[in-house]
Amino acid sequence: MKSLAELEAIRNKTLGNINMRQDREEGVRIVVGMATCGIAAGARPVLNALVDEVSKRGVKNVIVSQTGCIGMCRLEPIIEVYVPGKEKVTYVKMNPEKAVRVVSEHIVNQQPVLEYTVGEAEQ
Amino acid sequence: MEGKVVTMNLVRSHVLICGGTGCTSSGSETLIAEFDAQLKKAGIEDEVSVVKTGCFGLCALGPIVIVYPEGAFYCRIKPADVEELVREHLLKGRIVNRLLYEEATGEREVKPLSEVQFYKKQLRIALRNCGVIDPERIDEYIAFDGYKALGKALTEMSPEQVIETIKKSGLRGRGGAGFPTALKWEFAAKQPKGVKYVCCNADEGDPGAFMDRSVLEGDPHAVIEAMAIAAYAIGSEQGYIYIRAEYPIAVKRLRIAIEQAKEYGLLGNDIFGTGFNFDLDLRLGAGAFVCGEETALMTSIEGHRGEPRPRPPFPAVKGLWAVPTILNNVETYANVPRIILNGAEWFADIGTEKSKGTKVFALGGKINNTGLVEVPMGTTLREIVEEIGGGIPNGKKFKAAQTGGPSGGCIPMELIDTPIDYDSLLSIGAMMGSGGLIVMDEDSCMVDIAKFFLEFTVDESCGKCAPCRIGTKRMYELLEKITSGKGEVSDIENLRTLAGSIKATALCGLGQTAPNPVLSTLRYFEDEYMAHVAEKRCPAGVCKDLLQYTIDKDKCKGCSICAKNCPVGAISGEVKKPYVIDPAVCIKCGVCEGKCPFKAIARK
Repeated sequence: MKSLAELEAIRNKTLGNINMRQDREEGVRIVVGMATCGIAAGARPVLNALVDEVSKRGVKNVIVSQTGCIGMCRLEPIIEVYVPGKEKVTYVKMNPEKAVRVVSEHIVNQQPVLEYTVGEAEQ
Repeated sequence: MEGKVVTMNLVRSHVLICGGTGCTSSGSETLIAEFDAQLKKAGIEDEVSVVKTGCFGLCALGPIVIVYPEGAFYCRIKPADVEELVREHLLKGRIVNRLLYEEATGEREVKPLSEVQFYKKQLRIALRNCGVIDPERIDEYIAFDGYKALGKALTEMSPEQVIETIKKSGLRGRGGAGFPTALKWEFAAKQPKGVKYVCCNADEGDPGAFMDRSVLEGDPHAVIEAMAIAAYAIGSEQGYIYIRAEYPIAVKRLRIAIEQAKEYGLLGNDIFGTGFNFDLDLRLGAGAFVCGEETALMTSIEGHRGEPRPRPPFPAVKGLWAVPTILNNVETYANVPRIILNGAEWFADIGTEKSKGTKVFALGGKINNTGLVEVPMGTTLREIVEEIGGGIPNGKKFKAAQTGGPSGGCIPMELIDTPIDYDSLLSIGAMMGSGGLIVMDEDSCMVDIAKFFLEFTVDESCGKCAPCRIGTKRMYELLEKITSGKGEVSDIENLRTLAGSIKATALCGLGQTAPNPVLSTLRYFEDEYMAHVAEKRCPAGVCKDLLQYTIDKDKCKGCSICAKNCPVGAISGEVKKPYVIDPAVCIKCGVCEGKCPFKAIARK
């Protein structure tokens, strides 16, 4: 170790991976429906895409988590985005590409992707 | 995945499993293997990482497993539970409620650890990384700002500024006596340039104490980093950690940590390109309590029999191999990197006027949440016992708590609201000690407790000076006499006189403090001593020779179970009529009391 910069590089490389272990202030939560229906419809690649994208972009204070059946099995894979102080947004019929877009537009730029939401899909 | 690079980033969940000594002995190693197997079976081994950490503190409920990002706190996990945890929580995202930590109120829910009753009043500085990082991976320590304090000290601060910062923070030695850390460093720094040593006392010997073990097992790099900072401050290039061989997990993790630090160039030559050199070695102790005393510890490192020597000269002037040496306790060191990073003011804001920061306690004895806690100085004993410790099991009443192990004293019920800091503890005849906190309930006999601790010091006395070698033995014999029902009132006065002479004349801290458990129990529980000598009675019903087992005629249904179980045939009677115990035959083993379905057997 010859410089502080070297130390900082190791720190940044590892922190992204283990940061989830700290108690956080209330942040954004992305929840993926992972009951049998969700898994069968392809929720796992969606979940992986979300985790990957969130960490690639280095967005802080976001957790990606799973939940059971959200109730609209025909619209799976479903994900829900909880932003503190805002109403929950439910996205349906997701795939990895759509998931990546949700992270970049909704999480990073704070613009929900209306066309994927449950309201749009039902019309 | 056609050509797509699978990165570490896929890890979406961390399963933290406690690998401290407590949870290891309750089976956390098999748990880790089972998790690996089940994750593989579910096909999600790339998405979930299993991490073996240090102690979470709640040893009573081990093995403990925490699953992030949800922060689900699972307790007493058995290998058979793992399949369900993987299938439900990790695969489908459904928290397994029945395995969650249960609050005293009976609720089970996922919430931040800082809101769990056990952690609410705690403030983890020395234990900050215990249970959070994998102690065998230096990268994880670095990720949580590890070695940044060393970098800061070496590149931005002069040795004098480092000492000044520690001085302003008010950090005092966590090994027991509470000597200001910066003063030791300053004495050693002011000695003429030349060979100097930095030592760490990890020879934790108090019965029931395991604070230092847990820090070393959970966060070994914190101690290594702090020792390097101390070496820079006093102008030393070599350090030794003196650790007891009875701590195999801590020794192994320290070895790994030192190896990794050397690999990264955080130990060795020209650290951070500043020209500062520092190397570190381990020395294993063979389990002698006296080697926790500083001069005996250094004698032992030198390769001699671990015996103390008179002070002065103090180690800061003439220590290891007769050169200036500083010796600090594990927990003291664990605080240092945070103080350098966050500043002296931050640390000085925590705690009381003369005792700054936090203290780690190993909670043991008659308490629900046996384990490791870290609280700001000034927290009351009541908060520790009732709120964090979850109170006394089986609805029994708190009687006293022993701090400072065999060198300390007891704190009785009427002083339970005493704020815990160095000075208030001394003023009530106890001492901070290294942090063992043993809780006693109404069933504990204080004379017996004093005898227990004295027996320990008699065993551990190195024998170099007469007051300790002979004096403690004589005190022990007096206690033996009292608890066996042969005591006289004059014995109590003799105990006091002996205690005074030993305190005044013993060579080292071990001997000087050995009478403390007797003195403090005499101070607060003289009536119990009197009951033993004057009435030949043990009020708590512990001292066997003073006990009498009797059968309550009104409660006895004459079922004959006691008579059938009595190993010496001391109980006789007719079925369906009250039985009686023959005191001449009874050996007071207590079997009948445990077997009686009607609680008809009394112990007085």
